[in-house]
Amino acid sequence: MPINLYIFLALALFSIGVIGVLTRRNAIIIFMCIELMLNAVNLLLVAFSKMHLADSMAAGAAPTLTNGLDAQLFVFFIMVVAAAEVTVGLAIIVMMYRNIHSVDVNFLNRLKN
Amino acid sequence: MNITEILFWLLTAVALGGALLVVTSKNPVYSVLALIATFFALSGHYILLNAQFLAVVNLIVYAGAIMVLFLFVIMLMNLNTETEPQKNKWLKLAGTIAGGCFLLVLVAALRDADSKSTMALVGSGDTGLIQNLGKALFNEYVIPFEISSVLFLSAMVGAVVLGKK
Repeated sequence: MPINLYIFLALALFSIGVIGVLTRRNAIIIFMCIELMLNAVNLLLVAFSKMHLADSMAAGAAPTLTNGLDAQLFVFFIMVVAAAEVTVGLAIIVMMYRNIHSVDVNFLNRLKN
Repeated sequence: MNITEILFWLLTAVALGGALLVVTSKNPVYSVLALIATFFALSGHYILLNAQFLAVVNLIVYAGAIMVLFLFVIMLMNLNTETEPQKNKWLKLAGTIAGGCFLLVLVAALRDADSKSTMALVGSGDTGLIQNLGKALFNEYVIPFEISSVLFLSAMVGAVVLGKK
């Protein structure tokens, strides 16, 4: 597949995530839109990894299997960091809901009280 | 149009439709379900790119663990009714226009981007198999791997401390 299609798909997903963060006021939905943006980046990294592999194979070199390996490991680490982020973020959201009984970010624009 | 292109466009449609549904649906539970559909479509893309390890990890970690966590939190808060007041229409319009302009600028900038190779290898290439990734992960990337386990431990302690307060 042409790499441009993957770039456009990832850009569309990322922009939908940006629009969600800008327009929604529910903290959990904003959080889910951040996950969407992370996944758009993951898809782009995997597509570029395979582009790099195709590139090295087209150059005539024997496919050494390690071309494009780093990008896929980066995706793995992004998933790790996202999982850690989600646990802490959801704990913070639950704590805020206990304090003010709402997850609307319009009420959360002050750090105190 | 061969089977790969058909699958590509099908998965793209599912991913974009799910992403739009995440943003537009009023009920947060529907948003979570749409996001799970998007993650399944992205896993399909990974399989199409022959990144099988990442496809399975995406399903297990994202669709299996993180989304269940989201669902539990939403049900814990009893948010499955329409609680979002949404007063300011102009703010929504401005956000949508800003995001659309962002998409437009990036597409226009990257449309004619010059790269050495313009095709992504689909359906072949052994890079994404678990054997090669595991060898690299436990040889060159073993220190980041161990540090990420420390990150998980600290995240777990942080979540428990925040949740018990």
